[in-house]
Amino acid sequence: MKTLIDLEKKINSELATKINTTSIKHNQIYIEIDKEDLIDVTLFVKTNKDMKFRQLIDITVVDYPEQVQRFKVVYLFLSHEFNQRIILSYFITENEVISSLTSIFPSANWMEREVFDMYGVNFKDHPDLRRILTDYGFEGHPLRKDFPLTGHTEVRYNEEQKKVIKEPVKLEQNYRNFDYESPWEGTKYIKEQTDENDKKN
Amino acid sequence: MTKKIKNLNLNFGPQHPAAHGVLRLILELDGEVVEKADPHIGLLHRGTEKLIENKTYMQAVPYFDRLDYVAPMNQEHAFALAIEKILKIEVPIRAQLIRVMFCEIGRILSHILNVTTQALDVGALTPSLWGFEERETLMTFYERASGSRLHANYFRAGGVHQDLPAGLEDDIAKFCDNFPKIINDLENLLTDNRIFKQRNVDIGIVTKDDALDYSFSGVMIRGSGVPWDIRKSQPYDCYEQLEFKVPVGKNGDCYDRYLCRIEEMRESVSIIKQCLSKMEKGPVKSFDGKITPPSKKEIKQSMEALIHHFKLFTEGYRVPKDEIYTAVEAPKGEFGVYLISDGSSKPYKCKIRAPGFSHLQSMDYLIKGHMLADVPAVLGSLDIVFGEVDR
Repeated sequence: MKTLIDLEKKINSELATKINTTSIKHNQIYIEIDKEDLIDVTLFVKTNKDMKFRQLIDITVVDYPEQVQRFKVVYLFLSHEFNQRIILSYFITENEVISSLTSIFPSANWMEREVFDMYGVNFKDHPDLRRILTDYGFEGHPLRKDFPLTGHTEVRYNEEQKKVIKEPVKLEQNYRNFDYESPWEGTKYIKEQTDENDKKN
Repeated sequence: MTKKIKNLNLNFGPQHPAAHGVLRLILELDGEVVEKADPHIGLLHRGTEKLIENKTYMQAVPYFDRLDYVAPMNQEHAFALAIEKILKIEVPIRAQLIRVMFCEIGRILSHILNVTTQALDVGALTPSLWGFEERETLMTFYERASGSRLHANYFRAGGVHQDLPAGLEDDIAKFCDNFPKIINDLENLLTDNRIFKQRNVDIGIVTKDDALDYSFSGVMIRGSGVPWDIRKSQPYDCYEQLEFKVPVGKNGDCYDRYLCRIEEMRESVSIIKQCLSKMEKGPVKSFDGKITPPSKKEIKQSMEALIHHFKLFTEGYRVPKDEIYTAVEAPKGEFGVYLISDGSSKPYKCKIRAPGFSHLQSMDYLIKGHMLADVPAVLGSLDIVFGEVDR
């Protein structure tokens, strides 16, 4: 598709039932779908001759612990041919299992492993779902908002046992999180935005 | 009578000089042929993304230096651009030129390191000695502009931290005049070298389709013949006004990728020259006092400037609620920042898309059927830096 507006129209007309909302912002298309339609939508945008989103740039999750549907799963695609980017997303609850994209994009393998490692989201049909970035035998999912910045354990070399051991974190001074909330208003456009939000609420 | 031979499992790294950092590569060998490669990464994981969520936007910049630590400013650039797009602030032209110039210096830094250490991996010692001398010169430019050789912390949303010191522009121009000769010297040693070619030609071939499927970017995709460069296709800062060529490979093997890198260094020199010729006196950061700190002189005279200074260095600037993905053409490929802001002074989520992560992932596909001795050659041409792979 030549322009993003054409692309948005095309996606909306061809995939009407599978798309929840679309919007264009920052020269990218943001698409919200349902969890079940992921494979269909991905295959469509990858193979359609007017789109050719041949490359999966990244997969990530955003954690909103106060929501019931806590995780927002985000997929970034790039079409080299048409020089366009789309951002695909959907919400899931904590224990939901989602389908893996490894059969469509081999590069999804490590990206999904990272999501699993960092957020504890499980993937169906993933060939090799192991932790990737954290240590062997690590517990917990560090990028969740309820995981403390300091972590739960620290490691040190124990002279008596002659090996590296794990212990609960002991800090001389606790991590301090300062609250800077103040009546200071930011720039004009931020003020407008906060005013708008206030109106909505 | 046939004898059954069991496959051998070999641990390559995490302490191996040719692993370019802390990579543990578990290889399954049938004789000398690699049957399977399983890279174990994360030995340098520092939780950068988690730390950024707990810092203000300005405090988060130094973390980007520590990702790909051979070309620090290119990473900062992606983060600065993401914030600027959300805040919709204009960057003065001088700041744009300075940023582009230092990004190209970063590209040369990274490519020198990669080309020469790749040569080192396949047995040539001299290139690295010659190359590192130039790297040192480039890092003094970093130091003179930002105060440190490696962890620059120089780019800000809205421009750069401070103007270039007197005389730096002339010295960079002098470097640009001398450096092409050094590239020629390196090429003399390597390009037609019989051993270097034997070790690299037709090794680690990536086809066009596979390069796309495996999320390759940068030299990895250009080496396979896809003419894709974000500086050209989705230009940021002042790249639109600059003229440069994008070298593209033909066969997608290690040797083509080496040639692409050499050619890119020449293009970078030309970009730096163009930046220097376009540079005129002027501001180096945006004038918005709510985002960029005031000058020391102003703080002494104006109450408002003093308040701005205080607020910027305690609370930091606030960024309105938004979601954005911004990518730059880092030396290693597409480096992207997926940023979610929530209206406070700290990012709600900052996902870093590192090119090396997808490149290293394809190790199994690249190395299957090759000899054990080809592992360092392929690994070298992937241009892996663990700072960004492990984050």
